[in-house]
Amino acid sequence: MDEHRVKRRRAFRQRLVSQRSQQLFTVFVFLLIPLTLLGVFTYFPFAKMAQFSLYDMRYIGKRTFVGLRNYLDIFTREELFRTLRLSFYYLAASFVQLALALFFASVLSFKVRAAGIFKGIIFFPFLVSGIAIGFIFKFFFTRGFVLDTLLIFMGFEQSQLPYWLRDSQVNNIMLAATSVWRYMGQNMVLFIGAIMSVDPQLYESAEMDGANTWRKFLNIILPSIQTIIVLNMILSITGSISAFEPPYVITNGTFGTGTYFVVMNSMAHEKQKVGLAAAMAIVLMAIIVLVTAIQKIIVKVFFEEDKNGMIFSERRAMKKRLAKKRKEASA
Amino acid sequence: MNPKKLISSIAAAALKYVSLLLAVFAALYPLLSIVVTAFKSPEEYASTNVMTLPASWLYFDNFIQAWTKAKMGLAFFNSGIILLFVLAGSIMLSSMTAYALNRFSFFANQIVRNLFLFASLIPGVAMQVTVYQIMYSLHLINSLHGYIILLLGTDVISIYIFLQFFETLPKSLDESAIIDGSTYFGVFFKILFPLLQPAVVTCMILKGVATYNEYYMANMYLQDKNRFPVVATSLYTFTGPLGNQYNFICAGVIITIIPALIIFVAGQKQIYAGLANGAVKG
Repeated sequence: MDEHRVKRRRAFRQRLVSQRSQQLFTVFVFLLIPLTLLGVFTYFPFAKMAQFSLYDMRYIGKRTFVGLRNYLDIFTREELFRTLRLSFYYLAASFVQLALALFFASVLSFKVRAAGIFKGIIFFPFLVSGIAIGFIFKFFFTRGFVLDTLLIFMGFEQSQLPYWLRDSQVNNIMLAATSVWRYMGQNMVLFIGAIMSVDPQLYESAEMDGANTWRKFLNIILPSIQTIIVLNMILSITGSISAFEPPYVITNGTFGTGTYFVVMNSMAHEKQKVGLAAAMAIVLMAIIVLVTAIQKIIVKVFFEEDKNGMIFSERRAMKKRLAKKRKEASA
Repeated sequence: MNPKKLISSIAAAALKYVSLLLAVFAALYPLLSIVVTAFKSPEEYASTNVMTLPASWLYFDNFIQAWTKAKMGLAFFNSGIILLFVLAGSIMLSSMTAYALNRFSFFANQIVRNLFLFASLIPGVAMQVTVYQIMYSLHLINSLHGYIILLLGTDVISIYIFLQFFETLPKSLDESAIIDGSTYFGVFFKILFPLLQPAVVTCMILKGVATYNEYYMANMYLQDKNRFPVVATSLYTFTGPLGNQYNFICAGVIITIIPALIIFVAGQKQIYAGLANGAVKG
């Protein structure tokens, strides 16, 4: 009897053990290729880059160890450091982009004729490849071409108009604008998705209460997408620091449009200052990791639901209401 | 309705449609310019304003020239192969990774997750400073399979899409299959994988668009443009010492956009849903 129980327990334990080893085997097999790829194409090159950043070197030939001089160069050499300032153009553009996306998402979430067609057309630029965008806007901004034709039609003189891609007063603004053209529709589609996930009953009851469009926007639409807006605002910080495509495909960084990333790219592949390029890459990554960490903290504090399903602003409103009630009760 | 309210509602409607029409114009005007130019003969292009409509909408010479000069037949073939392998590979690898990370606790689980998270923060362009050397020493430059492996090796977004989706699949599915004597491989391939379909669609859309449009690494690692043109890089053919030949470029750009346009019109709903699912949350 007793022996029987021991046997059964042993069999059970054996099954557990074999199950556990089967689990670990599965994990091993399933992760083998992805982790190998991750090591070869991300972490090994990353380690190499950290090493290169301490050298004065080209891809081939003699290497000289220079310690942290490459890093010092980034912050002290004016022509490198000023490229970071161009990020502000892209940051401003991405806020314009978010505002426009929010506006059109709200408009399209009310009753609109042919809403699907409007949405589709505004979204479509997102599907055009970066290289095609480069050609389209080189053509667009050429003197006397697409943009100038439109402006002359509107009453400007050709002589009043600047060279859009050469004049350093306007060229960075124009490049950042192309990125608004490309990504606004995508932002809008994300916002519409978030707005649609709101319970339609909320709109109906707001309608019955006689709420006007502005009220509906403030009380229903905005709360439903505030998390995604804040996330996008933070993402646009890292996005604008690493702005690359518009100047790379349209002007190739000429006439003062070289962003940090474009300059890093040309240091690495044209001028072959590999050490400096590696240091630039590492500095950029450090900034991105920092911003992402801040983002995580903000999301955790302000947008994580507590056990009652409330986020920060709702908890605060609740507290205020309770305090008010208590005051009234005591008075 | 009182007159005041009527006026304000008409004004609101006008504002709504005028702003939408402006946005549509802004989205289409740059694209319209290349359509117009693609249908003009070189003489016509030289003698008219860029926005003047072409004399004939049946002048296809630029398209034929663009197709042959840029080897676009071969480019579409190469891009097709790349898409096929990258999509199949990335769906398999990332769904397997997500399964392992979501369903099993093991000592390095959180470490592996963080390794992928950190990798997702690194911009691809920054890595090319040293990835080039690695590709070179592995003899992966100028080969389609090398480029495919590189695209698979730097794919983190798909893992996140599948990780999110696995959260929604109850573990009781796995457990009952295990009790019925299935192996973990069996659970994944026979039971869970068929249920992943929505995530597979999302992944195909996001990864598909990104792969079809990728030109930076294609330009760097598929240098032999005679043997390995892809759709995105085939447009480089028309730039060079002779300056930009815009008739051909515009026709070429339109050719590269058409497949995206067809897929978009056919699968609009899935694309929107895919984007919404793929938006990284937190």
